[in-house]
Amino acid sequence: MESPEQIKARAEAALPGVKIDIVPNGSPSRQLSLLIDNEHALAVARFLRDDLALRLDFCSNVTGIDWLDRTVKKTVKVKKTIDGEEKEVDQTTEEKISGYLEAVYHLYSMTQKHGPVVIRMRTTDRAEGVRLPSLTPIWRSAEFQEREIFDLYGVRFDGHLDLRRILMWDEFVDHPMRKDYREADDYEYEPTPHDDVLERAKQHYAPRPQLDGAEKITATDLHG
Amino acid sequence: MSEIDEGLRAELQRQGVWVTSMQELYNWGRKNSIWPLQFGLACCAIEMIATAASRYDIARFGGEVFRPSPRQADLMIVAGTVTKKMAPQIVRLYNQMPDPKYVISMGACAISGGPFKQGYNVLKGIDRYIPVDVYIPGCPPRPEALLHAFMELQRKIDSQKLTGATKAEHLTAAQPSEFPVPAFGEHDLEPPANPNVFQPPKVEREG
Repeated sequence: MESPEQIKARAEAALPGVKIDIVPNGSPSRQLSLLIDNEHALAVARFLRDDLALRLDFCSNVTGIDWLDRTVKKTVKVKKTIDGEEKEVDQTTEEKISGYLEAVYHLYSMTQKHGPVVIRMRTTDRAEGVRLPSLTPIWRSAEFQEREIFDLYGVRFDGHLDLRRILMWDEFVDHPMRKDYREADDYEYEPTPHDDVLERAKQHYAPRPQLDGAEKITATDLHG
Repeated sequence: MSEIDEGLRAELQRQGVWVTSMQELYNWGRKNSIWPLQFGLACCAIEMIATAASRYDIARFGGEVFRPSPRQADLMIVAGTVTKKMAPQIVRLYNQMPDPKYVISMGACAISGGPFKQGYNVLKGIDRYIPVDVYIPGCPPRPEALLHAFMELQRKIDSQKLTGATKAEHLTAAQPSEFPVPAFGEHDLEPPANPNVFQPPKVEREG
């Protein structure tokens, strides 16, 4: 199968105005993915599906990622003249990246028997601009999974015919897979709280460090 | 209704006279024909199916008649994870069952939420909304454990009184047989538990 760079070059040549970025992958797999711009996403998706060499006719998986605001540190070696000597010095630059939501599609070809090609789309932010074009018109199998991303991450897919919640109930307003999601405080009791649950338990009971772990636990008898 | 002296009964039985009481006969019939409601929620249901199949054969205990309608069922086996989206339907099914009705909470999830306890979508035990008679721990419990729970339930039914001050709860008119169905709220089920059915254990801190 063609490399992501080749796919990018051919798609950009075939479709005027399209811009595809390659997302680097530092893991041992080095599986690169194609970041496509939202405006031309449908055209690129149609190209990937219909191109005779690629024929990516099967969308096996669609998932979401929530990226919070983050700073990326980059270390670059810079030549500097210190006390008349030229030395190589590490220079660290910090880049602030504001948060966004991402949808990731894994594509395979049943006819050519190759894959996966990973494509990504990003929203502009995490609050107002959480809109992405739906790729359901290209791959029907994306329908339920886009609904799941809408349900759990809150990404609105334009062009999706039936964008409803799929796992949570319709009255639910939160998006549980977002990293800043805080679940409803339904703490009851824990016999042996630890870690996060211990922190939550402390909010409900006054801490008494001299008795920590020595609580007397009694069950309330409903019928007695 | 007086209890029959065991010695006298044995003596009479030797002479070909079988003496029983209305309560014993009634409970004997009830405990040997417990019809479970036919539904499963997760992997525990597979063990429940195995219990009903020939190797473990719940028919030996009179419980093989899994009913597809709550109106014909005596026993609700909550077999599996109860998600918050499913909980109102479970309570509604329980409400549609006729008295006397019993509930077996099968497996860690149905008891407390199990491995999914802190999840945003999982109920922390079905006993928050309906009364449970027998709890079976396990993930999932083996068919033997379900049979054990079944026998415990039979023991409970056998010991229920029909009259007097200590008669069975379902024979008391004031005892509720239906429980409020929780509503889907914006962040959680409303209410998150029925306080008349469930109270969390109190942690008493001394000193």
